[in-house]
Amino acid sequence: MNQPLHLIERPAPATASALPARVARSVAAVLADSQVEAVLEELDRDLVGLAPVKSRIRDIAALLVIDKLRMNVGLTAQTPSLHMCFTGNPGTGKTTVAMRMAQILHRLGYVRKGHLVAVTRDDLVGQYIGHTAPKTKEVLKKAMGGVLFIDEAYYLYRPENERDYGQEAIEILLQVMENQRDDIVVILAGYQDRMNTFFQSNPGMSSRIAHHLQFPDYAPRELLAIADKMLTAQAYRLGDGATQALERYLDLRVAQPHFANARSVRNALDRARLRQASRLFTQRERELSADELCTIEAQDILASRVFQTA
Amino acid sequence: MMNNPTGRLTQGQFSFLPDLTDEEIGKQIQYGLDKGYAWSVEYTDDPHPRNTYWEMFGMPMFDLKDAAGVLGEVRECRKAFPRHYVRLMAFDSTRGIESIAMSFIVNRPAEEPGFMLERQEVNGRSMRYTTRGYSAGKPELERY
Repeated sequence: MNQPLHLIERPAPATASALPARVARSVAAVLADSQVEAVLEELDRDLVGLAPVKSRIRDIAALLVIDKLRMNVGLTAQTPSLHMCFTGNPGTGKTTVAMRMAQILHRLGYVRKGHLVAVTRDDLVGQYIGHTAPKTKEVLKKAMGGVLFIDEAYYLYRPENERDYGQEAIEILLQVMENQRDDIVVILAGYQDRMNTFFQSNPGMSSRIAHHLQFPDYAPRELLAIADKMLTAQAYRLGDGATQALERYLDLRVAQPHFANARSVRNALDRARLRQASRLFTQRERELSADELCTIEAQDILASRVFQTA
Repeated sequence: MMNNPTGRLTQGQFSFLPDLTDEEIGKQIQYGLDKGYAWSVEYTDDPHPRNTYWEMFGMPMFDLKDAAGVLGEVRECRKAFPRHYVRLMAFDSTRGIESIAMSFIVNRPAEEPGFMLERQEVNGRSMRYTTRGYSAGKPELERY
């Protein structure tokens, strides 16, 4: 004890291994470092269709990789604006893609944590004077280091009520989007036409969003592929004739109001599973094979209300 | 001889070290967040050792992932109370602990006159002691 200070062993100076790895100079090196290609491939594999969206995401990823290289040779030090706007009908995969986007940005080092905070108007706008700012700031604090996903963002702005608190939330958002670009990425989502009106009345918001991605509706063939993926994930399969039945079901359903693309497909499959369960439930004494338990028959789908109204 | 050679308030963690930079504070915050603590910011101009509960600057921050949010709040508080003591506290909500796990000062006034030990003679030779901040005599907002 009490040995003189100069006798206390000093920690060894940092060796080469403690220094950051060699700075990446090629696209391949950045891709290898960030493993962003794995996410892009997953995106291609897991999401059916959405070709324009996928190519836009590839473009953005390419830009970020090149920006990274430019930064490494000291060309630009400024973080690019990464705020995005996803427009498209319900059930076209906006939230899912936003989650993947958060992963891509995280792997490339543009956000530190890579989590996604999904909110709507209710989470941002308060009910009385002075309630909105703390509420919006709290949400922003939670989303720091990740991606803030504002679903149906056009509800923030209500032109019919000039004293609406939504405007206050927009102003706080704008400030953070501008000043803390390396802390947070904001993604707005909503229907195309209503987002357009929203941007027309909030030019500040429009100019701060660098990437506008339009999500197309799924073709019937793609909807069928989605159904197939969903069923496989839950260890179900379509029996003889059930595929055709589902195809006919989707044709009819698309024409009906409130069609929500992949979400409608999921709901239809959930109901088919219910019908399959009650069909098997009535046969009390029969021993059920694994095959029977995971097969959805044509009758389970044909019992849908959609066929009766058509 | 001085009781407090640094001439500074020594409460909480790191209080014998030079002031932490914002980057260092950010790292401490991130450490706490990774452990699942909820940070909160408090301020006071009456840092008496027995003054346990300081004024809250906003609500405690639950469910944060990144230090930037907490650090922003610290900066806001410094801006609002530049000559007050500001501290950060991390609440550990683990069942059975449910208590403050970290606490350190992130802002202090330039001049810290410290505390005096007051002696009171009572009942013959008996002594009673009490601590009083030299600044505590002045009204609020004029203390530092």
